[in-house]
Amino acid sequence: MANFYTDNEALKFQLTNPEMDRIIELKEDGFADKDKYDYAPQDVEDARDDYDKVMDIVGEIAGDVLAVNADGVDSEGPHVENNRVRYASGIQQDHDALTQAGVYGISLPRKYNGLNFPMVPYVMAGEMISRGDAGFGNIWGLQDCAETIYEFASEELQDKYLPMINKGATCSMDLTEPDAGSDLQSVMLKATWSEKDNCWLLNGVKRFITNGDAEIKLVLARSEEGTKDARGLSYFVCDNPKDASMKVRRIENKLGIHGSPTCELVFTNVKAHLVGDRKMGLIKYVMSLMNGARLGVGGQSVGVSEAAYREAVAYAKDRRQFNQAIIEMPAVYEMVSMIKARLDATRALLYETTRYVDYSKIYGEISRRRTLTKEERVESKQKQKLADALTPLTKMFASEYANQNAFDCIQIHGGSGFMRDYTCERLYRDARILTIYEGTSQLQVVAAIRFVTTGTYLEQIKKYQEKELDASLAGVKAKLVEMTSIYEKTVATVEAKKAAAGDMGQTYLDFVARRLVEQAGLTIMGYLLAIDATRAIKENGPDFVKSAKVFVNFASAEVAKHAAFVESLNPEEVKTYAQN
Amino acid sequence: MGLNIVVLAKQVPDTRNVGKDAMKEDGTVNRAALPAIFNPEDKNALEQALRLKDRYEGSTVRVLTMGPARAAEIIRESMYRGADGGALLSGREFAGADTLATSYALSCAIKKFGKVDIIVCGRQAIDGDTAQVGPQVAEKLGLPQVTYAEEIVAVEAGQVTVKRRLEKGTELVKAPYPIVITVNGSAAECRSRNAKRVMRFKRAVVPSELNGAEPKYPEVFGRDKALCIDEWGVADIDTKIELLGLSGSPTKVKGIESVSFQAKESKRMTDSDEDIDSLMKELITKNIIG
Repeated sequence: MANFYTDNEALKFQLTNPEMDRIIELKEDGFADKDKYDYAPQDVEDARDDYDKVMDIVGEIAGDVLAVNADGVDSEGPHVENNRVRYASGIQQDHDALTQAGVYGISLPRKYNGLNFPMVPYVMAGEMISRGDAGFGNIWGLQDCAETIYEFASEELQDKYLPMINKGATCSMDLTEPDAGSDLQSVMLKATWSEKDNCWLLNGVKRFITNGDAEIKLVLARSEEGTKDARGLSYFVCDNPKDASMKVRRIENKLGIHGSPTCELVFTNVKAHLVGDRKMGLIKYVMSLMNGARLGVGGQSVGVSEAAYREAVAYAKDRRQFNQAIIEMPAVYEMVSMIKARLDATRALLYETTRYVDYSKIYGEISRRRTLTKEERVESKQKQKLADALTPLTKMFASEYANQNAFDCIQIHGGSGFMRDYTCERLYRDARILTIYEGTSQLQVVAAIRFVTTGTYLEQIKKYQEKELDASLAGVKAKLVEMTSIYEKTVATVEAKKAAAGDMGQTYLDFVARRLVEQAGLTIMGYLLAIDATRAIKENGPDFVKSAKVFVNFASAEVAKHAAFVESLNPEEVKTYAQN
Repeated sequence: MGLNIVVLAKQVPDTRNVGKDAMKEDGTVNRAALPAIFNPEDKNALEQALRLKDRYEGSTVRVLTMGPARAAEIIRESMYRGADGGALLSGREFAGADTLATSYALSCAIKKFGKVDIIVCGRQAIDGDTAQVGPQVAEKLGLPQVTYAEEIVAVEAGQVTVKRRLEKGTELVKAPYPIVITVNGSAAECRSRNAKRVMRFKRAVVPSELNGAEPKYPEVFGRDKALCIDEWGVADIDTKIELLGLSGSPTKVKGIESVSFQAKESKRMTDSDEDIDSLMKELITKNIIG
């Protein structure tokens, strides 16, 4: 009897962020659906109540079904039978429970059987689901594919595919191939137009495809013969043919997330339809899908962190050594407090990012119905920029911290944590992929660094700085101001050294980029935690003051460390690292 | 073949996690300290009813519950999971009923639903643990009954096939319907709430819950008839009033004893001779061994 929504006040706190009212207003667009659908909300308050109730349903399924099945799923895993995937039995139950609850298609418009919720509750559902079983989190998260179909495919394709999602059709995005991982422009799978079939035919091999045997597949393929780069790639949607034209050749044997089948697929004349325009596959559609998926991995990571925190604190309170519970010992309570601080910090960042994503998506939706006003255009652009800037930070920090948290969770368990009997070892294995898929942490730095150099992060930090904080956070505020000025100075140092380094300039920037991005992210998370803590005090919400203090103590030392490294590193020295 | 199915369900205090404030000083249940929940085995019964509805097109599932206005929550919870609606049997005349008066009231109310094929309810409620209401309803309606059901396997050719859970196994029985079936806790768990149904039926109320006030969204309420849950009082059903509630209840409570467990669950002992000696003496004096 567990409910991952009601046992975690921090979620409702995010759901009641003051920005949500405006997001709801925009999303419901004058509550136009209220007389058309018997389940549509009548006003803002009604919508908020709906989100609360639906999160309660998802929280219950995550706690009572997914979390209960997770160990069995981990040991059973999926199998290939007659070239098809058979899920671990627990995964099928998980999926059936969520389908029956009608929560798939949570963010899709009502005309496609969706619930028309904003991204905040969607991401929150993903967080709770991943706390229950991170592997299953992928099957849930792949409904992002519907977003791509909704945003870019023709009306005919939308009408065909989108209503299937709420009924439980799962999705896959078939991007990577044996020779195209992070480097997707090398995709070779061929798409050729067939006059006879009046559709495209796909031929080739895809590898590392999550949930590869899904009902609805989005496939990146080379439609322009003779091309070798991104401009020759288009995006296709197809039904799972469920015949010999698409075979699941193997399922990878992975370190973690065993519930999520990772497939190698062979396509032989699989019939498919073009999504959007030719040649825009990678350049536009995949990049858009990728940003959504990165946010999803952020939610998945926070879910794993939450699970790790719960395991760690319960064990540390229960386990006695030297005549005391180990949580009484400084070395242990530091670890537990840090897990909680990292968890709270990344969750604050996750939902801040998601709110910007909501704004930019909703404006995108509105702009397809009517022309935006000048003010709306300005706002839309600004929110889009912040969504783009904060998404890589969320993906990187949430996934890196989920790993650190799972690592420390095992450490707190001591020898027992190394045994298969405890949940923490599964969390540790499940966490490991998070910093890798949907763009490695290193690629998140590549995406984020331009927002360091163009000053977007600094501008946003300055906005946070204007917000009034509770008096109990005066020490935190002083440290945050100091961190900001160190960050500014470090950026200036890097820019000066880069300019002086000549040919080595860009390489030098690439080399130190991660440190700058971390400085920005640490400062942003520190502010967000302090802002949340302030509101929570006013609203009698959960206590974030402790986490704000613990996190900023840690973050200010990290920011100073990166500054010291940058200060002392001569661009020429990068060459030392290059010699391997 | 559509079946008319009625589920009997009860709102009960959650006695599964009883704390020290569960009982008042006078020995009665402190309802304020125990959240009101859907009786667990009635939920298993609801699932069996919904499975029949899924299987046999045109079937309806209606829920009958007896209690104060707030017990309408049981009907809403059922609607969230797929029930078509139901009725709340309410009024002070029904209060203080034992199992005999309860089963009498329910059997009278069931008739108001018209033709009913299958009546399902939980084996027993966690507040009284009597397991009498289901069988008594069957007797009063003159219907066959199958108790301890784990699964309603099939309904065909005028017969219901039911798997019963027995102490050391299961048995399959067939019986004609209309029938009363009481469902065991080992049956399938009830499905979860459905999001769209929750968003729609969260507005469903019985008239007493409104207490004369306008519903919050009168337009929606006016348009969606399913949002008005039936509420029946003594005047709405054909009964003998003296057989209801306290007056219809031969059960008299002679006394109530509040038993609180003093002993802690575990005791730490070393392997010293003294500790072993004292443990043995304790076990012998308490007649646990010897």
